[in-house]
Amino acid sequence: MLEAQSIITILFVSLGIIFMLVGSIGILRLPDFYSRSHAVSKSDTLGVVFVIVGLIIYEGFTLSSGKLFLIVLFIALSNPIGTHALARAALKKGLKPLLHDDKKGGETS
Amino acid sequence: MENFFLYSAVVLTIIIAVPLIRVVKGPTLFDRLLATNAIATKTIVLVCLIGFLFGRIDMFIDITLAYAILGFIGVLAIAKYLSSPKVRRNA
Repeated sequence: MLEAQSIITILFVSLGIIFMLVGSIGILRLPDFYSRSHAVSKSDTLGVVFVIVGLIIYEGFTLSSGKLFLIVLFIALSNPIGTHALARAALKKGLKPLLHDDKKGGETS
Repeated sequence: MENFFLYSAVVLTIIIAVPLIRVVKGPTLFDRLLATNAIATKTIVLVCLIGFLFGRIDMFIDITLAYAILGFIGVLAIAKYLSSPKVRRNA
């Protein structure tokens, strides 16, 4: 089995999983909905891109890796849009962002 | 290489369990939606990894593609429904 290909795959997949771990921790610790949406959309998308690019490298040059590339493209486009739609609906529904002066403003209103 | 995919799939399952805490604890409705969206994105990768584990890669990639599209449309539908005046519950 080609050694370099496996090492690169292990590197990419573990890097992607680390980014997803960071995204999950960000969801728990960040104080406000709008800051949490940063964690979800950005680090998750990057984690998915890294893992699937690692799988593409492991797969080589076949039809499946073409489809995997389509998945990467779709997720890189759709995940931020989904989170943006949620944040926009939240703002329209009246969820105030947590500004620096009022400590717990974002939660209750 | 096979057990590396197995271990990463197990770690990914643990990472998927973390947003569940936010789904339960989330003060506002939108936190719950956000955590669910995060779980959906992570599930996409988990299904891909399981596809590589089972060896039938092309079947699982189609499942992943369909799931990604449905997850995206679901989030948009919920966001559009919540921003419409019909919903009276405040965030």
